[in-house]
Order: sequence, then structure tokens, then C-alpha cells
Amino acid sequence: MRAAPVLLGVLALLVWEGAVRLWHVPAYLVPGPVAIGAAFGADAPLLLRSLVSTLTVALLALILSGVLGVALAGAIATSRWARAAILPWAIVLQVTPIVAIAPLIIVWLDDPFAALVVCATIVAFFPIFSNTAAGLAGAAPELLDLFRLHGASRWQTLVLLRVPAAIPGFLAGLRISGGLALVGAVVAEFVAGSGGFASGLAFRIVEAGYRLQIPRMFAALVLLSLAGIVIDTGLAAMQTRLLRRFG
Amino acid sequence: MAARVHAAIRPGHRATLTLDGVSRRYPNGTVALDGASLHVAAGEFVALLGPSGCGKSTLLRLVAGLDRPDQGTITWDTPPRLGFVFQDPTLLPWATAIENVRLPLRLHRAPGQIARATAALAQVGLAGFEGARPRELSGGMRMRVSIARALATDPGVLLMDEPFAALDEFTRHTLQHDLRQQQAGRTVMFVTHSVYEAAYLATRVVLMSARPGRIVATLDSPVPDGPGRRLSPAYTAFVGAITHGLTPANATPV
Repeated sequence: MRAAPVLLGVLALLVWEGAVRLWHVPAYLVPGPVAIGAAFGADAPLLLRSLVSTLTVALLALILSGVLGVALAGAIATSRWARAAILPWAIVLQVTPIVAIAPLIIVWLDDPFAALVVCATIVAFFPIFSNTAAGLAGAAPELLDLFRLHGASRWQTLVLLRVPAAIPGFLAGLRISGGLALVGAVVAEFVAGSGGFASGLAFRIVEAGYRLQIPRMFAALVLLSLAGIVIDTGLAAMQTRLLRRFG
Repeated sequence: MAARVHAAIRPGHRATLTLDGVSRRYPNGTVALDGASLHVAAGEFVALLGPSGCGKSTLLRLVAGLDRPDQGTITWDTPPRLGFVFQDPTLLPWATAIENVRLPLRLHRAPGQIARATAALAQVGLAGFEGARPRELSGGMRMRVSIARALATDPGVLLMDEPFAALDEFTRHTLQHDLRQQQAGRTVMFVTHSVYEAAYLATRVVLMSARPGRIVATLDSPVPDGPGRRLSPAYTAFVGAITHGLTPANATPV
């Protein structure tokens, strides 16, 4: 069973390569897997450096979203005033398309790397924030009654009840945000691409597109997809392990 | 500091409770409880019996201090230490049995938490299950953990809100039997909608009616202590008396 996706993938690659050769499709339209592999081999150091750059942006954004998301979720869970003040703005940030904000951020921030991280953080922030906030607020009413009955302080209720109750939500949010951080990094790179900071995988895709180096474009796309898979698998493994403890 | 905290968890077994004209209305206009008056002496086992909507759970929450009456007073002659058992076990799903039982002791910053939690688990017949998670336990065992948690602080008053309603008949009988042993001189207020459960457990049954929630009668139990309680003629007669008291024609205010 574990081999099933690999088998299907290999089969698809064979059919793809066969079709490209059979109908003599030019590489600038659809390159075959062999041509893509060759493009990757030719540009491996450059593409891998781009991969590291994009992954760095995505992971930094994920960490920042985690810290910000948890801190703000904690704030709105403990203070009604903070809730009223923060929640509308978090939603504004969530519903405004990042593609529309990214140019502004890139103009405002001198450092292009910081601009990319900020864009990706804006995209990745909301799922962690909202899921953690829901978890913090979602402790069973009877358990809250029990804590009240025994004179628990707000701090005791937070540490012994609300925080452990929020962990499944936080992990679910983290996993969604992991994928979104990569999306955010790519979108920001697309927008920033012509602005000077040119090193990420998304920029390579744009650049290769302009130059009609389609096999290289595909090679960068494959790497991007692999990066997404690595992030999601890592977060999923962490989620499973921690849920066994807190689920 | 330590001495004061210790004093706060000293057993308070002699607490007497008086409710005088207690009413509770909800903002939507529902009268959950209308002028309830009741005196509960130390060591009594009082069953609050009635159909759903008669305000018996509201009464229990008011006694626990989880809710406030709109009218009337609730007074204790000495401040009691309360244990509360909910209809669901309501355990922390991520914590082991011993950690769940220890929880109220932690909240009170009581000394000797592990030893006391271990003893409470043993008291409900769960010695050896200290490290078990709630999902690894049966429904009856989860309820036992919940009772152990309520007993851990050695409360003088035990408040129980239909704790056995979701259990099967066999488990329910066992837990009812064990509860009589665990009472150990405590005052118990026990909400139930089962005539049989009330007749088996209580020294006094408080009958309630719905809309508005009212106390309509109280009946002292004639059932003698000891084995074979469920089969005694006095038990059967008491079940009959309670059932008679619950028929609307006899449900006149006391």
C-alpha cells in the first residue's frame, strides 16, 4: 500500500515522457521528465540555493506566525478588552488579499528579505491564531465550573486547563499555516521578483519563464512542491506525536 | 502561609445547609426555581428527585455557589468544603487518572497531593489504574475517577448531578452500592430522575415539579441500613410512596 503513490507517480512520468517523445512536443512548450532532470542537473547549485532561500523565508514566517498567533490568541482569551480590540483587525488582515498588500510592504521595508518574511507571515498567521483561540476558549463548561468551585486563579485555569485544551487546535492551525507560509513566500517573491531581491524558487520560475527556459521552470516547480511536502510531513509527524500526548 | 492553606482544607463535616425562599429566573423569563426552602442536616443523604426542568440541577448549582439566586438566601452554619460530581465524568482527557484526581488538591495547593490522590483512587476501587488515561477506561471507571476527584479534598458536602444517569444498570447498581460506603458521614445532595435510585440511596427524598421548578414534598426514608436493602419490603413501600407523591394530584406544596 505504501508503494501505491510511488508506482502511480512513476507510471505518470513514463506516460508523460512517452507522449512528449511520440508527438515531438518542443521543450519550450512541455518538457519531458528527462529534460527537466537535465535542467536540474545543469543548474543544481543555483536551484538548491534558491530552495534554501524560499524555505528560510517560509520557516521564519511559520515561526513568527506561531509566536504571534499564540501570543494574540492568549491575549484575546484572557482579556475581553484585548478580544474586542484585536479580533476585527486580525480578520481584516485575513480577508485582504496578500497580492494586494505585498507591493506596499516591499516598498515600505528597505530589506527585501524582511519584506518577504512579513508577507509570508501575514498569510500564515491566521490559522494558528484562530485555531489556538478557539481551543483556549473551548474548554468544557463543566471543567471551568470545577476550576471555579475550587477557587482556581485565572493563571491556574490557563495553565492547567485552557492551554492543554488548546494544543490540538494549535497543532491543526500550525499544519495549515505551514502550507500557507510557503504560499506566502512564493506570492511575495513573485511580486518582489523584479524589485531586486532575486534568489528564491518563485523568482527562478518567473525568470525562467521570461527566458523561455521551460525545463528549468519545471525543475524549480518540482523543488517547490518537494519543499511543501517536506514542511507538511514534518508538521504532520509532530502533530501525531504531540496529539498522542495531549489528544 | 502554609498553615493557613492547610486550615482551609481541614474537613468540614458538620456543615448544615438552609435554603430560604430561593428563586432563580433566567433572562429569557424561565423560572427555573421558585421559592425553594429546605433544611439539610449534617450527614444526611438528600435525593433531589423530579422530571427534567424541575430546577433540581439549578438548585445544586446554587448550593455549590456556581450560580446566584435572584431571591432568597442560602446559608451554611460553617463554611463547607464541597465536592462536585457532574453528570459526565468531565475528566481532563490529556491527564492520567491520578493527575485528574490530584487536580482539586493542586488548585488548593494542598500538601501531600500524590499520597492523597492515590488514597482517593483506592477508595473508589481503582488502585493500580493511576497511570491510565480516561480514554483507556470504561464509562463506569471514568465515573469512579470523577468521584475520587470529588473525594480527594475530603469534602464535608458532596454534590452530585445525575452522576450515574449515563451508565448501564449493572454498573449503576455497583456504583450506587459503593457510594453508600464512600459517604462516610458526609452530607450528600444527589440529583436524580430515577425513583429507584432515590429510594435506594437517600435518607430523605425531596420531590420537585417542573414549570415553575418547585419543591412539592419531602419524604423520610423508612428503608433500614444493611445488606439486602434493595430487596426489603420497606424499599418497595418507599418506591411506592415516592411514586404516589410524584403524581400531580398529590403534588401540593409543603
